[in-house]
Amino acid sequence: MTSTLTRPEVGRATSAARPGRSRKGRGARGPLLILLGPFAVLFVIFFVAPIVYALVQSLFALRSSGLGFGPPTLEFVGVENYVRAFAEGGFAAGLARVLLIALIQVPLMVVGALVLALLLESGRAHWPRFFRVVFFMPYGVPGVIASLLWGFLYIPATSPVLQGLSALGVDLVPLSSDSVLLAIVNIGLWGFAGYNMLVLIAALQAIPAELYEAASIDGASWWHTVRSIQLPLLRPSIVLVTVFTIIGTLQLFVEPLVLRPLTNSINTDFSPNLAAYSEAFAQGNSNLAAAMAVIVAVLAFAISFGFLRLVNRKGERAW
Amino acid sequence: MVNATQLKVRGGSRAGSVLVTAVLIAAAAYFVLPLVWVVTATTKTTGQLFGTFGLAFGDSGQFVSNLGQLFSQGDGIYSRWLLNSLLYSGVGAAVATALAAGAGFAFAKYQFRGREAAFSVILGGVLLPATVIALPLYFMLSAVGLTGTYWAMLLPGMVSPFGVYLCRIYASASVPDEVIEAARLDGAGDIRAFTTIATRMMTPALVTVFLFQFVAIWNNYLLPLVMLNDVDTYPVTLGLTLWNGQTQRAPEFFELVVAGSAVSAVLLVIVMVSLQRFWRAGLTSGATKG
Repeated sequence: MTSTLTRPEVGRATSAARPGRSRKGRGARGPLLILLGPFAVLFVIFFVAPIVYALVQSLFALRSSGLGFGPPTLEFVGVENYVRAFAEGGFAAGLARVLLIALIQVPLMVVGALVLALLLESGRAHWPRFFRVVFFMPYGVPGVIASLLWGFLYIPATSPVLQGLSALGVDLVPLSSDSVLLAIVNIGLWGFAGYNMLVLIAALQAIPAELYEAASIDGASWWHTVRSIQLPLLRPSIVLVTVFTIIGTLQLFVEPLVLRPLTNSINTDFSPNLAAYSEAFAQGNSNLAAAMAVIVAVLAFAISFGFLRLVNRKGERAW
Repeated sequence: MVNATQLKVRGGSRAGSVLVTAVLIAAAAYFVLPLVWVVTATTKTTGQLFGTFGLAFGDSGQFVSNLGQLFSQGDGIYSRWLLNSLLYSGVGAAVATALAAGAGFAFAKYQFRGREAAFSVILGGVLLPATVIALPLYFMLSAVGLTGTYWAMLLPGMVSPFGVYLCRIYASASVPDEVIEAARLDGAGDIRAFTTIATRMMTPALVTVFLFQFVAIWNNYLLPLVMLNDVDTYPVTLGLTLWNGQTQRAPEFFELVVAGSAVSAVLLVIVMVSLQRFWRAGLTSGATKG
């Protein structure tokens, strides 16, 4: 049923649905409120308010009174929590760590998803539908369970891969401090490469057939078609995949949390989110934790928008 | 079906085809490895888990006994966790889809002051890391006494900014203005036009929004971790880490963790595979119209 909704039909419908100027008429206000109101209210409560709340909270701190008598009071301290977050070292190191992970993760993710998508759509693969499903499957496995499973695959006692390599004389320790970042990158790749591949395949399938016909009349090779037709037209989707991978990496939390008991190369401030979580619930300093949450949000926005600006500079809007 | 598959396979590319398929088989082995591992591990005792080759099967008797133990442990708490996950994801995603449909339709079909500004703010919500919200939200909801209740999981799941984004794009492409005009002429009103006609035209997008949100809630970990304190309200992800934390002291919990991971992973993989065609329809509109 849904597969009938292919490109041409959408295109036809678009021309019929020029954004209505006639919608301004009287009586549109009521329906508008009913349609938009419920979402707007919940969006304000569950997206806008928490950020505002965190911002406010991050500007205060609990202080015990001068002589140490009586309960501590909440005082306005300005940017002190922000200064403290950076000064204590662990948090800043965590930020640097997730940025490094993003630097490794993003290219591997984009190139991996792209290669899988292009190969599946190249017309040269056997059983493309089967492979597409297999690559997409891990997307349904929660990060917690993916981390649990890879955790078993990262220790020699339970990992068939390490056991096999060991039999060949190669002894790897994925959770050692040298390779723990790669071990975490791998869990992200495993979970999301197939999903990103699907986004790219959807974009590939929307490329008009005439372009391919023209290329094939010109005698273009497969690689030439990839470079001069597919890659340029995939640009917006590649940008989308990149931005979402960056955001996903910045919120790293579950993987280090689950892998932590297995190794001593992961500490409680391994990632900014983990640091904020332990600050709030183990140390009971919700104000400092709020400052950390705000820093992560600002960083996510700065990087996403910075990247979007960078790629949109030539006047090609990605989204 | 007009796509790259129409590319003529050029002469001498038999070898190319073999090579491509070989690469895909290697990739497939990588993607199924943890899943195959967990299924084989479910057939083992804790002793065998740490004492035999990783991909070797134990025996079928142990498989049955592990699954039996999984569902009987703690008066069947695992089934309860599965049902909780289903409740949080199902209800959250259903409401989120309905609200996103209305909002997306409104953004697509009505001119109003501040429309683009409001839409930008919602797009900002798409870019906002979900985990950043969780901590402040905990302190907000704890102030009104909602933490620890089902509502603490249900309500946040009902908002999907990405859904609004997708619904707007889809509605402006696939729902003609005439739908509302015709309904007005009939005296039926805009809301009626939306609920009876527009939503049907938007179905592929709505299915995608539902699936997105369902998976997002099901896979979310930080939110239940901070919000819930009663084991009876846990979703399956949180429950499994609770058991995993007990393996250090009681190694027999490994059998529960492994079997619980296997059941949960296999369940979701089945859902993913059977619903795969729905993902494609909606994604196309999102990817190309965006």
